[in-house]
Amino acid sequence: MILKQMLQYSPNLDLAFQALADPARRGMLERLTRGPASVSELARPFDMTLSAIGQHLKVLEAGGLVRTHKVGRVRTCQIEPLALSAAEQWISQRRTTWEQHFDRLEQYLAETEDTPDDKDTQP
Amino acid sequence: MTERPVTHATFSIERTLSASPARVFRAFADQQAKDKWFTGAPHWVRTERSMDFRVGGRETSSVGEAGGVQHRFDATYHDIVPNQRIVFTYVMHLDAALMSVSITTIELAPVGDKTLMTFTEQGAFLLDPADAAQREQGTHFLMDAVEAWLAREAAEV
Repeated sequence: MILKQMLQYSPNLDLAFQALADPARRGMLERLTRGPASVSELARPFDMTLSAIGQHLKVLEAGGLVRTHKVGRVRTCQIEPLALSAAEQWISQRRTTWEQHFDRLEQYLAETEDTPDDKDTQP
Repeated sequence: MTERPVTHATFSIERTLSASPARVFRAFADQQAKDKWFTGAPHWVRTERSMDFRVGGRETSSVGEAGGVQHRFDATYHDIVPNQRIVFTYVMHLDAALMSVSITTIELAPVGDKTLMTFTEQGAFLLDPADAAQREQGTHFLMDAVEAWLAREAAEV
C-alpha cells in the first residue's frame, strides 16, 4: 500500500522498493549502514555463494541504495545515502505519519460500535 | 535560518474502513473521538490541543517527546459536507521551524457496509538543510517503511 502510493511521486522508488523486498538484501543493507564492506565481508553472515551475493548487489545498485567500486581485486560496497532525496524522505515521513494515524483510526473504529444514531445520519 | 528549498508534492492514501461513513465522519468531527486516534507516538505527550470543527474553525495539536521537539499541527476547516467530505488547510511546525503548508481533502464514500476513505494532501514542503544524520535516518526510515508495508501486505493475504 505504502509502496504504491510512494511511487506516485517517484519512479525511482520502484527499484528501491524492489531491492528492499528481500530479507537478504535488507540484511546486506543493514550491514552497510555500519560502514563499507568488501563483497566477501558482506557475504560472510549469509549462507550464500559469492555469485548469489553479487546478484543481490546488482539489484541494490539498480535501486540506487548501494554503490560499489573496485580497487585491485577487491570490490568495496557502501551505502548510497541519497537513494531518497531529502524531499522524498520528508514527504514519505509525512505520509507515514498519516498512515499511522489511520491505523489508529481503524483500531478505534473496531473498538467502538455503530449506534442507531449513526445509521440515521447516513446520507 | 539557512536557506531552505521548497518542493511541491501531492500524495493520497486510500483506506477501506469497517464502519459507516457517518461513524468515520464522526471520528474526524468529534474531538473526543478524534483524540483517540489523532495522536503522536505512544510515549509522546500532547502540550496543546484545540478543535473548532466548523467552516472557518481551527484545530491545533502539539505533540512530541517530553522536553523534545514539538510537532505542531495548525489547521483551518474550509469545507464540511457531513459524512462525505472535509477540506482543511494545515501548517506543520517542528518547534519554531515551518515545515509545510498543505491543502488536505478527506472524501468518504459508502462501499457496502464499509467506507472508502480517500485522503489527499497537496503541499509546499520546506526542506531541512540536508545533513548526514538526516540521510542515515532516511535510509533506516526506508527500511522501516518497507517492513511496515510487507507486514500489511501479509496481513491482507
